[in-house]
Amino acid sequence: MISSHRTSRRVGRTLTYVILILCAIICILPFLWMINTSFKTTAEAYTYPPTLIPRKWMFKNYPNGLAKADFLTFAKNTVFLAVVCTAGTVLSAQFVAYGFARFKARFSGALYSLMLATLMLPAQVTLLPQYLLYFKMHMIDTYWPLIIPAWLGGGTFNIFLFIQFFKSMPRELDEAATIDGANPFQTFGYIMMPSIKSVSLCVLVMALVYNWNDFYMPLIYLNSTKKFTIAIGLQFLNSSMGDTKIGQMMAVAVVTMVPVLIIFFLCQKYFIEGIKMSGLKG
Amino acid sequence: MKSSTTSALERRNAKYFYIFISPWLLGFIVLTVYPMIRSLTLGFTDSGYTGDGSFIGFQNFITAFYEDTRFWITIKNTLFYVLMFVPSSLIIGFFIGWLLSRKIRGLGFFRTVFYIPYITAGVAVTIMWGWLFNGSFGLINYSLSLLGITGPNWLGDKHTALVCIVVMNLWSIGNNILIMLAGIQDIPVSYFESAEIDGASTTRQVFTITIPLCTPTIFFNLVVSTIFAFQLFNQPYILTDGGPVDSTRTVAMLIFQNAFEYGKMGYASCVAWCLFILIMAVTLLVHLSSKKWVFYDN
Repeated sequence: MISSHRTSRRVGRTLTYVILILCAIICILPFLWMINTSFKTTAEAYTYPPTLIPRKWMFKNYPNGLAKADFLTFAKNTVFLAVVCTAGTVLSAQFVAYGFARFKARFSGALYSLMLATLMLPAQVTLLPQYLLYFKMHMIDTYWPLIIPAWLGGGTFNIFLFIQFFKSMPRELDEAATIDGANPFQTFGYIMMPSIKSVSLCVLVMALVYNWNDFYMPLIYLNSTKKFTIAIGLQFLNSSMGDTKIGQMMAVAVVTMVPVLIIFFLCQKYFIEGIKMSGLKG
Repeated sequence: MKSSTTSALERRNAKYFYIFISPWLLGFIVLTVYPMIRSLTLGFTDSGYTGDGSFIGFQNFITAFYEDTRFWITIKNTLFYVLMFVPSSLIIGFFIGWLLSRKIRGLGFFRTVFYIPYITAGVAVTIMWGWLFNGSFGLINYSLSLLGITGPNWLGDKHTALVCIVVMNLWSIGNNILIMLAGIQDIPVSYFESAEIDGASTTRQVFTITIPLCTPTIFFNLVVSTIFAFQLFNQPYILTDGGPVDSTRTVAMLIFQNAFEYGKMGYASCVAWCLFILIMAVTLLVHLSSKKWVFYDN
């Protein structure tokens, strides 16, 4: 009886590993295939059956592909936007969160509920009037429509995350600072911000990746090629040569993913922490 | 004396409350409340690209419901996507999350590998999937051919194109998996230990302990995935531009097309409100049902 129990347990464990390894292969294989194609000539990419190792290594696909569009400019634009938007998100979200977590006013409860309700608001319903608003302010084809929301709280979800953490901090910290003569801004800046640095880092890495990958907002607001971000530039290139120069297209796609992967591997701890927080506080 | 100090304190409290939340409040009024009202009123006008137009009553709604055949097609496609994607992502996400929770070796490795598709999800990955799904030279049809199956022309076939988009988005649910894992890991180990002593099988433990205690996490994932799934745009826009024969055109794409390609802001706003109402109705249903199946500790 006991031994059969043990056997079934062993089978279960083996099956667990088999499924997990299979899933891991499914996760990684597409990337390997993309890298593989990125080194092939167009003719070789379009042969059947496909070759597992390129017959002729086309390292030139990388410089040639990147030369098809002004990717240096796109990269500069994307880095600029990602940095400015991420800074805005991290700073304004915790500033706002501190207000919600520590101060009361007649409508503070109602405003808190309203803020949470916007979590469920689809972007489409506010998108067009926002566009018209920016249009009237001559901000179409500028970065302002992408930057402004980041500095105005940086998204409900991030504010919510910070609120949870301020609430878990002992109020005695604030009170001690007040007794020492600090005003609420000093308390926030010198006591609170340093103590929730780890949460800030989680929000920071997630916002950085989000802004790097963002496609929808730049697509709507940016028109001129020299203002494009990498995501838009890539789509632009894909619609013009995606089918004809598949090797170069894949080469460019690989390059655009490298920065995200570097950030991820350097800051993995903060990504994992961020996910744990987001799920459990729901 | 006491009441006046309390009210002074209250006033000070209120003052700092509004100062601290002012960035959000400004954004909320200008970028959320005003646009919501404006898009509702726009929906009743024939506004063009600049947003100026005259009141035309329910004409836009009549156009959507009775004249624009694309409206119902996009609603159907969007619902199909939501119904395919959301349940699959919950089941797969929970299952893999559960496998990861079973005190396995190499947890860090698997966590990293499953998260990479989520973190890189963007235009590059979408283009990559377009190549994998290529009917003649793609890796997927090649793999199927090794098993003796002739795969369809995936993205070029109106019967399979939307399914491809479901599949590629299921590939990047690493976030869901890790949220599920965190939820499962939050369950006190003692529950499983006593079930073990009572001789409960692994399957029984999953259905009587893990799933019930994970329902808050499952519910969270359900709500978030549903709201996002209803707004599907990027992948069909990049890969198929709504085709073939509108089989991957979603409501979000219809809104985008009318607003920014045809310059019909009025009509696009009307469709946006229809989508909003649909999402609200579904979310409300999910919330109402949650009382029956979500288990809350407190």
